[in-house]
Amino acid sequence: MQKFTKLSGIAAPLPLVNIDTDMIIPKQFLKTIKRSGLGVNLFDEMRYDQDGNEIPDFVLNKPQYRDAQILVAGENFGCGSSREHAPWAIADFGITCVIAPSYADIFYNNCFKNGILPITLPQDQVDILMKDAEKGSNARIEVDLEAQTITSSDGDVFHFEVDSFKKHCLMNGLDDIGLTQEKAAAIAGFEAKASAERPWV
Amino acid sequence: MSPKTLYDKIWDAHVAHEAEDGTCLLYIDRHLVHEVTSPQAFEGLRLAGRKVHAPDKTIAVPDHNVPTTLDRANGGMNEESRIQVEALDTNAREFGIHYYPVSDVRQGIVHIVGPEQGWTLPGMTVVCGDSHTATHGAFGALAHGIGTSEVEHVLATQTLIQKKSKNMKVEITGKLAPGVTAKDITLSIIGATGTAGGNGHVIEYCGEAIRDLSMEGRMTVCNMAIEGGARAGIIAPDEKTFAYCKGRPHAPKGAQWEAAVAYWKTLFTDEGAHFDKVVTLRGEDIAPVVTWGTSPEDVLPITATVPAADSFTGGKVGAAQRSLDYMALTPGTKLTDIAIDTVFIGSCTNGRIEDLRAAAAILKGKKKKDGLRAMVVPGSGLVRAQAEEEGLAQIFIDAGFEWRLAGCSMCLAMNPDQLAPGERCAATSNRNFEGRQGRGGRTHLMSPAMAAAAAITGKLTDVREMM
Repeated sequence: MQKFTKLSGIAAPLPLVNIDTDMIIPKQFLKTIKRSGLGVNLFDEMRYDQDGNEIPDFVLNKPQYRDAQILVAGENFGCGSSREHAPWAIADFGITCVIAPSYADIFYNNCFKNGILPITLPQDQVDILMKDAEKGSNARIEVDLEAQTITSSDGDVFHFEVDSFKKHCLMNGLDDIGLTQEKAAAIAGFEAKASAERPWV
Repeated sequence: MSPKTLYDKIWDAHVAHEAEDGTCLLYIDRHLVHEVTSPQAFEGLRLAGRKVHAPDKTIAVPDHNVPTTLDRANGGMNEESRIQVEALDTNAREFGIHYYPVSDVRQGIVHIVGPEQGWTLPGMTVVCGDSHTATHGAFGALAHGIGTSEVEHVLATQTLIQKKSKNMKVEITGKLAPGVTAKDITLSIIGATGTAGGNGHVIEYCGEAIRDLSMEGRMTVCNMAIEGGARAGIIAPDEKTFAYCKGRPHAPKGAQWEAAVAYWKTLFTDEGAHFDKVVTLRGEDIAPVVTWGTSPEDVLPITATVPAADSFTGGKVGAAQRSLDYMALTPGTKLTDIAIDTVFIGSCTNGRIEDLRAAAAILKGKKKKDGLRAMVVPGSGLVRAQAEEEGLAQIFIDAGFEWRLAGCSMCLAMNPDQLAPGERCAATSNRNFEGRQGRGGRTHLMSPAMAAAAAITGKLTDVREMM
């Protein structure tokens, strides 16, 4: 997995609440058996018209946001399905950090498996960063995962919380499965005990 | 010992390892797999030279892509869908997991097949790369959706890296009025709490109105726990649960059955256990409801009118305006004046036998409105067979409905069953997001009985007027 430590980049503002996974990556793109190549279809139905032409008003089609690495959004970002295609598409576009007041649970977990840092901040702080993002390429937002801080283009510093284990894995690009397999003895022990207690399982 | 919730008990019984910071390895009893969210996970195993840790606890069935037309044995899948279903065929064979292929009468939506075959049992942990895994919580199982990386993790280790969620109680007191169903309960809860109301929590549904529901109804309620933002929904098992499980192909038998039931009877929330959040609704206050917007929280009684965007606050004002524009609705319009052109009855929310009975009861001896497209997609091949045996299929066919084969179908429109731009559908599924049933398609969520009523009149309709 791609490591995430520090990021200084342009943030795209998407001031909508309840951005769902069908918006992030519509189902016609779930037929792939690969993880890569979904960035071009990120926010497909908001980004392109019926004929596949770009809709100029959509934020990621504006010249100043085409290289955005951060997305600032409204509450409950990523609600809906469990499709990991959503973070795959976001990462493939080049965005590795999302800032929002809250996230849907499965999406939030999926981000950490794909080198994306989802940052939760209070609404008033998101509002400030949203305004900052609206300045376009004149405003670079800085994210420091180790220090757990975001710095706006005006120099405002906001602290954010993140689970220590998730932070560790993201900073080091660790493979969860390898880490878990180091605990094989604990799993085997659990299985022996469980199959004695609940043999019907 | 301090009193525990049902969730606490199941969680505690499945912690295989706990780190100092509270990060746990949660052991998974059943892993359900479908074709859309699994190919990258199996490929990951292959690339790393890993095996499936517990193939006996892993069950796969294709459901999202499969066509539901009667000629599906002759193809009908586009190239990409075919490749995805074939990948599942290959992976199931290569890794030696349980599998119900498209040609098997037991094939169907994974969340209907699991309980039907007795894979889902009380007290279990159940996961699937699908958010509607919450359905299985109806059995008193801890069940939730996971992403594809986690699918790979469970395949390789039979565990998930988890931190415990908070406990939330949703109590529905009293009795439901006639015409009000499990779907109205679950939509009304989301209407009351919002789509983020359950974030970070596992919801235990309880109260007389929940107890009174059949297992099918309880599955409908738990299915949409995810639309309320919860990690999972759960209902304590009781005699109805045991009766449903008994005799299913993969349920325990003989002495093991007795031992299992004795254990299952310990699965309830202790008196005085702590809930971090409590929501109570009166069963008598719940009406038949529909959604008007593009979020499952946009719920109103069928007797209401389309709301104005400025009747909301905060970010919801803009979201509501966007919904009204997308849905092409004018504030003040009576919901019962909204004309529809499509009816979809099916999905993991409402594709079980009881749902088909409820719809057929309204449709018996009646016809759908001329020009309207209506389809019933049973949740599994066995639901379909039972509906044919009970004469329900004939009622649907006589009413002018298409009687389909099992699959997810128009719930998420990954197969050929889709809405065209601007089409408006009365749907028994679970999501009314923009483009969910097809680009530009407009979805109103409701119960099977309400969808059947809408099929007859061609408009959103109060089912109570037809009873």
